[in-house]
Amino acid sequence: MLSALTLLLVLQLVGEAIVVYFDFPLPGPVLGMLLLLIILFLRGGVSPSLSQVAQGLLQRLSMLFVPAGVGVTTHLVLIKDSWQAISLAVVISTLLGIIVTAVLMTILTRARKHGDG
Amino acid sequence: MAMDKVSNVWVYLSSSPLLHLTMTLVVYQIGDLLYRRSGRSPLLNPVLISVTSISVVLVFTHTSYESYFEGAQFVHFLLGPATVALAIPLYNQFEKVRQSAVGLILALIAGSTVAAGSAGFFAWVSGATPDLIASLIPKSVTTPIAMGVAEKLDGLPSLTAAVVILSGIVGAILGPPILNWLGLLDSRAQGLALGVASHGIGAGRALQINETAAAFAGIAMGLNGLFTAALLPVIWNSIF
Repeated sequence: MLSALTLLLVLQLVGEAIVVYFDFPLPGPVLGMLLLLIILFLRGGVSPSLSQVAQGLLQRLSMLFVPAGVGVTTHLVLIKDSWQAISLAVVISTLLGIIVTAVLMTILTRARKHGDG
Repeated sequence: MAMDKVSNVWVYLSSSPLLHLTMTLVVYQIGDLLYRRSGRSPLLNPVLISVTSISVVLVFTHTSYESYFEGAQFVHFLLGPATVALAIPLYNQFEKVRQSAVGLILALIAGSTVAAGSAGFFAWVSGATPDLIASLIPKSVTTPIAMGVAEKLDGLPSLTAAVVILSGIVGAILGPPILNWLGLLDSRAQGLALGVASHGIGAGRALQINETAAAFAGIAMGLNGLFTAALLPVIWNSIF
């Protein structure tokens, strides 16, 4: 358990260090995700303790965005002033992005039948 | 007298990180319980419930976001290791990702372009100033990248952070019901779409669908971030 959590933190730390050093256009944790993927391939599997810690974190991934979400309140005046542009961009563009991605992905992968996960 | 004591307790607790950390955990779990009880009604999205009710409490108790964040930062901090942990569903589902790599990349580029381009277009049509347009365009990308891109485009990074979170919540709430309604039921397509348009919040929602959706959302979030960070500033500078 502790070693698995440590591994995640070490990879995040290495990711952050690489990002700062090379001025890389990715956040440290995303780079850490790629590093962990490489390690998993080298090891040939996910250890039970890593799997357990990851599941514990990922099951509540949505909750981890609550503190940042509350931060939206610090911009209420700015949001109110340009609510029209913001609400169109936030609601309509996000839904357009979702629909276009899903339609194309469905069409482009339909040729080869692999079934649903 | 009794009120004085209550107010003393409040003054003491509200200055300690314990109160707002506990508040975040308790409110989220109540939200999650309501969400499950309602048969996962999109309107009772636990993130939306938590953000709204905590914000209301902060306003009524005259608590600044900074002092709330002193406690909530412990939850916020876990986003880092959780993002690293997204490698695990990606590893477990890697064969599926590899098999649909071409479709994945084309759908991702198209979805990312539409999400960013239409945000810019709608903002421009609504008469938004260039700095507001620049703050809205990177709204579908994960927060740190979006803020960096907004800065390069001379936008307002802190407004971008707020818009990113709102886009995440909107996509997580409305995305799955709309895709189901359109008959787009493939987990790979749903996960990819959530990751492209709603970054980590979308990935959190995709995890509730299944591991395949989560893997595609994770890779979509990473690649969309890379794609946007690399190309958006170049495209923006060639237009303006």
